Amino acid sequence: MDKNYIEIIKNSKPAQFGLLLILFLILYNFIPQNDSNYLWRLPSLLKGIPLWINNVIFNALYEWFPLKVWDPVFEMYEEKAAFREFTKAVSQGLLFLITFVREIILGGDKIIDVFVSDSWLKENDWLTWPALPWTATTVGAFLLGYKLNGLRLGLLGGIGALYVSVFGNYVPSIQTLSFVLITTPICFVLGLSFGIWGYLDKKVETALQPVLNVMQTMPQFAYLVPIIALFGLGDHAGSIATIIIATPPMIRNTILGLKRISPEVVEAGLMSGCTKSQLLFQVLIPTARRDILNGVNTVIMQCLAMVVIASFVGAKGLGLNLKIALNSLKIGKAAEAGLCIVIIAVILDRFTKAWANKQKDYFANLTFIQRHKFLIIFAFSVLIFSIVAFIANGYFDKINYLYIIPIEKGLTIAHYIDGAVDWVWETFFYSLNSFNKFLLTQVLGPMKHAYLGMPVVATFTLAMGAAYIVGNIRTALIVGGMLLFIALSEYWDRALITMYMGSFAVIMASLNGIILGSIFGRTERGSQILLSICDFFETFPSFVYLIPVIFLFNITDTSVLIAAIVYATVPATRYTVWGMKSVPLSLHEAGTMSGVSPLQRWTNIEIPIAFPTVMLGVNQTVVFSLQMVILGALIGTEDLGQIIFGALSRTKDGAGVALTLGVFVSLIAISVDVIVRNWAEERKKALGLN
Amino acid sequence: MSPTISCNSVYKIFGNNANKLLVDSNGSVDAKKFQEAGCIVGVNNASFDVDKGEMLVVMGLSGSGKSTLLRCISRLTDATAGKILIDGEDICLMNNKQLVELRREKMGMVFQNFALLPHKTVIENIAFPLQVKGISTENSMYKALEMVELVGLKGRENYFPRELSGGQQQRVGIARSLAVEPDIWFLDEPFSALDPLIRKEMQDEFLRLQGVLNKTIMFVTHDFDEALRLADRIAIMKDGIIEQLDTPGNIVLNPATDYVKKFTEDVPREKVLKIESIMDPQDPNGSSSIAVSKDDIIEKVAEQILNSKEIINVTNPKDNSVVGSINPAKVIKVLFGG
Repeated sequence: MDKNYIEIIKNSKPAQFGLLLILFLILYNFIPQNDSNYLWRLPSLLKGIPLWINNVIFNALYEWFPLKVWDPVFEMYEEKAAFREFTKAVSQGLLFLITFVREIILGGDKIIDVFVSDSWLKENDWLTWPALPWTATTVGAFLLGYKLNGLRLGLLGGIGALYVSVFGNYVPSIQTLSFVLITTPICFVLGLSFGIWGYLDKKVETALQPVLNVMQTMPQFAYLVPIIALFGLGDHAGSIATIIIATPPMIRNTILGLKRISPEVVEAGLMSGCTKSQLLFQVLIPTARRDILNGVNTVIMQCLAMVVIASFVGAKGLGLNLKIALNSLKIGKAAEAGLCIVIIAVILDRFTKAWANKQKDYFANLTFIQRHKFLIIFAFSVLIFSIVAFIANGYFDKINYLYIIPIEKGLTIAHYIDGAVDWVWETFFYSLNSFNKFLLTQVLGPMKHAYLGMPVVATFTLAMGAAYIVGNIRTALIVGGMLLFIALSEYWDRALITMYMGSFAVIMASLNGIILGSIFGRTERGSQILLSICDFFETFPSFVYLIPVIFLFNITDTSVLIAAIVYATVPATRYTVWGMKSVPLSLHEAGTMSGVSPLQRWTNIEIPIAFPTVMLGVNQTVVFSLQMVILGALIGTEDLGQIIFGALSRTKDGAGVALTLGVFVSLIAISVDVIVRNWAEERKKALGLN
Repeated sequence: MSPTISCNSVYKIFGNNANKLLVDSNGSVDAKKFQEAGCIVGVNNASFDVDKGEMLVVMGLSGSGKSTLLRCISRLTDATAGKILIDGEDICLMNNKQLVELRREKMGMVFQNFALLPHKTVIENIAFPLQVKGISTENSMYKALEMVELVGLKGRENYFPRELSGGQQQRVGIARSLAVEPDIWFLDEPFSALDPLIRKEMQDEFLRLQGVLNKTIMFVTHDFDEALRLADRIAIMKDGIIEQLDTPGNIVLNPATDYVKKFTEDVPREKVLKIESIMDPQDPNGSSSIAVSKDDIIEKVAEQILNSKEIINVTNPKDNSVVGSINPAKVIKVLFGG
């Protein structure tokens, strides 16, 4: 080859990518599809991993570190594994807390049962805590909002609670709320502690990063079976699953926030004479509170996004109702339950923000009544509404509408929604159906076929080659190593299907996001509107997206992919808008004075500068897409998600399978992340951005 | 009386094997050689004293080590070598508890970018050093309110820092640093982040405060004019070395190095020099009805001297004794050169 060509290839990334593509196509076309050919498929040497994980879990639960435990029923000592006792204690503790909060509002006798004997409780019918009438709870929500940040927040709380109660979702909503009220603080404390630890100790942070990466990219379903194996079924199991998923963003936000504090503020704290703990609690954490609060918001959103998934392991509440409604394709009922979840999310979000921003008045001289007026009003309203509810008992036969409105007696607009759905279905049936068919046969089918026909060596060449071009030999080896792990298992074909769905969703979502973000991100007003739309969509828990698509496109890949695309468009859009905003005004002015056309402005100024930021958005898009693709197993797909989901029904030996496959999905996401992040970093360096 | 702050051969060198390199170099540190070895020299052999009630301004461009020097003395960073005495006690040897105690009792510091706590209001920020000391909320609020009045922010005590202008924020920073009534006051480029007009106003405010409080001050700035305006003595730093440490007048009249000279060349002398530096020894014949103080800045009294027909006496403001006389020709020479 001419020396000149080598120089060109050395210096031009597009040329390198072109060469890589040619190499890939040659391998793709010339390697025979033969199962005994290792270039086509690797042998499944790592088949035994799921079983090995199962054995570890089994041994931990029943064999390791036996303790002598007194059994009060049989009145003798029994050998039990320490780990099992530990998980039992955790489960019971969590369950007690959740039930405690739940029974304060909804009433019941489970908490009383903890303190008195069963037989005595049975004999004494009166021994039960009464539920708070929904009227009192509504007033309480209003007062709390009013106290935190005035009338508007009060009205938000009050009207939200009113809607939930009148539409008959009082009981499941409080069940969900009690779940969230216990889970969120645990995530907060865990996240904050690990975050602080990571901030103080560089080594801890380095160790945390890969663990957090895996935790955040692993599909939620994958945790469920191991959790059932370790902790059993119930609200506590749902809570533990949620803690695993919601804590990592809290840790990340804490570290990020603490790192962003200007060194001067730390010095100011030291010069004010702070001790180490004063510095931490009075200077560092409050100064980083914006990022920490973002973390809390994320935790709340994750908790609510998890309620449906948590219902698979026995959590009660709105999630369970929504799951049941979805299973029986009752779109209206599902939408109502979904709306309640969104309302709770919004109220909790605003309340926590207002609480964190509340300020003290040091020079006010208040009497006891002034200081506690809201509490006193609340106590009075509880008293009055309880009496009203008690009296009303005589007026209503069977159902006391002033006490608790049961779900089947509440107001409902479900049949209107169902009607609308039916109308859309009937009106657009043919066009929807033909679109669906076209997409499946002309686009998705061939694409899936192409992915499955890819020899393993070609896949590796493409992935490692791309990693090498944007990074270095180390990046290539990391990506190769992660993929090798999957390729050596028996699930490589399933993984290819996941990759096909994932990449289709990522490409479409990124295109949508970049186009939307580029158009609206040009003006201040446009980006504001677009960002608030993104906020709105992000409030929806991920599974909500599945509701409309199932009914429009049936149970097909199309449904899952459209849900994934819509869901994953949000981060792509958001980051594109941020990227567009990061283009300095002076550059725009320079462009204008050079006489650029709008298109030239986009290709020559905006896209190059915004590129690193946009790529970070694409990264998020990958994670979001894969989550939704795996969630698609809920309605039936045939990728890795289906097996993870299927593992739920074989609770004992499914744990290993679910965990292994979960890690596979996470490895796919992290491989893409490594490549994309390296690329973005390199572009950033080239542009001199920091 | 021993000086309030005393530095003796203070070094600060950033880098992994700074200590070993310093020992090997035997006290003569060459910044270039250290840089090749992967170390950066922040402060290079600084020795000086600051007396009680004196204001030392440390002047230098960015990267000259002036802020590092200040942080060594407040022990926000540990000096690599040398002795730093505060009221005779070596702070490099203090443990954390003693250090916290020292800062709570004796030191206050103002920062370039204000470094206010964003979650606290004006009054909470000012009361913060008192509260970490363990003073009750009521007493610390009372004291903080006094400080609010001292810096002229009355009526804004419940504002958050984000609701204040830069100048107002720095007033809060000043009030906070003074809340514990420290003896030693560190100011790290306190006015650099402010607009020129506000900067001038804050300098005046600062001089007024110092007139009332009479603290021992170390003031860091990159602005030579500011240094001339405020300082009792100026230390000019370059690459970690103190090039010259002297009174403003002496620095302008006798710059020690070419580097210092670059700063002094364009300085209008009448704004810096005192009458003392151009007066003649006492002239027994001249007895005039008007007199100027030997500590007056030339610019301030120039008009008075030039308008007068007779020779003017120079007095010592302390006892009003006549210490010399001033020749208008010399004033003209300072004003118009030659």
